Amino acid sequence: MTTETLLWLIPLPPVLAFFLIVIFTNKNRALSHTIGVGAAALSWLGSMIVFARALGVHELGKTPFQSTFNWFPTGAAWFKVGVLIDPLGAAVLFFVAITIFMIFLYSVGYHNYGQPAGDHDRKGLPPHGATVTDEHGHAHVVPSIEPMYSRFFAFLGLFAFGMYVLVLSDNLLTLFVGWEIMGLCSYLLIGFWYGKPSARDAAVKAFMTTRVGDVFMLLGIAYLYSATGTLSFREIFNNAGFMQALATTATPILGLSAAGLIGLLLFIGTIGKSAQWPLHIWLPDAMEGPTPVSAMIHAATMVSAGVYMVIRMFPLLSLDPRTMTVVAFIGTFTAIFAATIAVAQNDIKRVLAYSTISQLGFMIAALGIGAYVAAAFHLITHAFFKALLFLGSGSVIHGMEHGVLHVQGEHAGSPQHAGSPQHAGSPQPPQQHIDPQDMFNMGGLRKKMPITFWTFLIGGFALSGFPLVTTGFWSKDEILADAWGHGHLAVFITLAVAAFMTAFYTMRQITLTFLGEPRTKEAEHAQETPWTMTVPLMVLAFFAVTYGWVGIPEHFPGLGGLVPNWFHDFVGHTLAHVPEAPAFSWVPLLTSLGVALGGLFFGWLYYRNVKSAKEDVFQIPVLKNKWYFDEAYNFLFIKPAYWFSETFVYKWMDQWLIDGILHSFGKATQGLGAAIRKYIDVIVVNGFGDLVGYGTKDVGQGLRPMQTGRVQQYMLAALLTVIVVGAILTFFLAA
Amino acid sequence: MIPLSWFLFLSAALFSIGLFGVLARKNAIAILLGIELMLNAVNINLVSFWRYNDPSRIDGQVFTVIVFAVAAAEVAVGLALIISVYRHRNTVVADEIDLMKW
Repeated sequence: MTTETLLWLIPLPPVLAFFLIVIFTNKNRALSHTIGVGAAALSWLGSMIVFARALGVHELGKTPFQSTFNWFPTGAAWFKVGVLIDPLGAAVLFFVAITIFMIFLYSVGYHNYGQPAGDHDRKGLPPHGATVTDEHGHAHVVPSIEPMYSRFFAFLGLFAFGMYVLVLSDNLLTLFVGWEIMGLCSYLLIGFWYGKPSARDAAVKAFMTTRVGDVFMLLGIAYLYSATGTLSFREIFNNAGFMQALATTATPILGLSAAGLIGLLLFIGTIGKSAQWPLHIWLPDAMEGPTPVSAMIHAATMVSAGVYMVIRMFPLLSLDPRTMTVVAFIGTFTAIFAATIAVAQNDIKRVLAYSTISQLGFMIAALGIGAYVAAAFHLITHAFFKALLFLGSGSVIHGMEHGVLHVQGEHAGSPQHAGSPQHAGSPQPPQQHIDPQDMFNMGGLRKKMPITFWTFLIGGFALSGFPLVTTGFWSKDEILADAWGHGHLAVFITLAVAAFMTAFYTMRQITLTFLGEPRTKEAEHAQETPWTMTVPLMVLAFFAVTYGWVGIPEHFPGLGGLVPNWFHDFVGHTLAHVPEAPAFSWVPLLTSLGVALGGLFFGWLYYRNVKSAKEDVFQIPVLKNKWYFDEAYNFLFIKPAYWFSETFVYKWMDQWLIDGILHSFGKATQGLGAAIRKYIDVIVVNGFGDLVGYGTKDVGQGLRPMQTGRVQQYMLAALLTVIVVGAILTFFLAA
Repeated sequence: MIPLSWFLFLSAALFSIGLFGVLARKNAIAILLGIELMLNAVNINLVSFWRYNDPSRIDGQVFTVIVFAVAAAEVAVGLALIISVYRHRNTVVADEIDLMKW
């Protein structure tokens, strides 16, 4: 099979799986997850073959794997769509395929495959556990299988399709199609447990917030198409005439060039999708979804897609320095802003959500200062370690839920009570004793869940940028080196501080969750998760360590040059002008060493002694409440929107104006009708009708006495008539 | 020879008596008798005019014979009707036979 054919085939298995599961196999859980995981495995296999072949091509950037066909006619020409794998695409495809496959596998364990159905489980709510009785007659509460198990794999399949379409697209339009498919799946999966009001709200919030960005992105796409007549990346970037025209055309908005304005519009799409300030608010709430969803959509793939898109459009963005400044500012600000919030969060997944926002900010900032390769590098390393962290947190929550159920089982007491029939039909879920996601309820989990602990530690250290042995160090170091090397001192300092805070809150999380002694009874009874969950953790941990070694800078002291800086050479060749790696400097290296180790050390030093949330000095209200952005947006946008719909549109426009006009028309017509009836119908028409009717009746009544029925009277009348008529005739005829 | 006018007077008197009977009598049979008188008054007229105008032609006598035949048929039908009415309503008084009154 040629590579081009393979490229077309890669997105197909997940979408086929989606339709198969939805239409045919949704009743059969085993078949559904086999199809789902199998489809992910097929796509993974195809992606790996493509990646291997891409490695073998000399100068893939100049001769990428590409295949197009005519989609629809646009006047004289055709709009072409196709697939494209250039070095950037290949690198992204590599991590996308692995993370998607791993997350599919993980979901099998996460949704408790093989466990009994729950006692009170209902569709649209997370499983609450099932009571089983062992051979000794003791009742235990064990995790129960997700009630909508098959549905989850169907949605994941559709999502994977969207992501593959996005990565393989050679043009902005199909990229946008994949982008929107993922947006839909994100909505569906955040609201997967739609029985929870918070999940419903989060789903709507995510959808609406990203929609703001998407509208601007669509505008940018439309502008780009009208300016160039094509949306294909290579046709635009490799055409010097287009680029020249875009860079020199002025637009009426802010004095930007066309390239700058298009870049800015597209970048707003990224702000929405990658949850950058000021549209970051949806991502933390999106943690309402099941954890594999958080890992896949809201850490590894979909939010990365926003960054991937701006990296793709980098040649266009870089034409206008003002746009680049905006990008750098948004990225840098988001990086530090989200890091400050993450320090004060107690929910294990929310910490990770804010750290995702912050790390995406790092990438955007890197792109804004022109560090193309560093942005792509951090994108990929982050996808590995953040997927790992999310899956790890899911494993922790899962283990904690096990503890919660265990404690519940003890509280439920005797078997006859636990199995009592009057509970069977009651819709109330069993009482949750503690929040299994709150880190202050954990502690000491390293002994209970060793695999989860070690893999989480690797992920956490990668996120913090622990030197040499983790990917995060190399990619973050490269961003800092670029910022320093290109003289963006403000960006450098801000990112360094953000990196320090990253290390700090990561160590806080690890310390609170795994180190020390269990703070609750539930944490004591936590349990390691099944192999379907730990294997993905280990695979991702492997990449979270090793992937960084493909991008070691050449001039790095000691290690530089031992292995070539493959990543820079490979991805750098995506661009027509391969970017220069920044010259080596001790300042960024020492800085990144210092902030990573310092943050980790202080985090451990402080939090090893913190027993409860009350003792934590970082529980500052303004950080805890996320700088009050939700409240501000509520006040600035949502309240006015409600006012606009309720008071303005509904009450004033609809009820008062439009209904008023309609009602006055109605009243006028009614008056006219009444007048016509009163003066024309009643008098003229009815009068004539009545006249005919009553007249006939009156005449009849008047003539009625003549009909006596007496024969002799008739004859007398006849005689008189004959006499009279005879007399008249005689008189006239004689005369 | 008796002048024609005498016959005509007789005929007129007979017709008037018949007409009176038809209009004034209550008994349906008496009314029928009155009708017979009127028909015969006409017959007298027909015969008289025949004799005094042109006795060589026989048309006056033919008319008279036809009127006899018609009168006989009419009486037969009339009596049959009266009998029928009597059987239904037990009366032959014309005023009480008022089925045709509106």
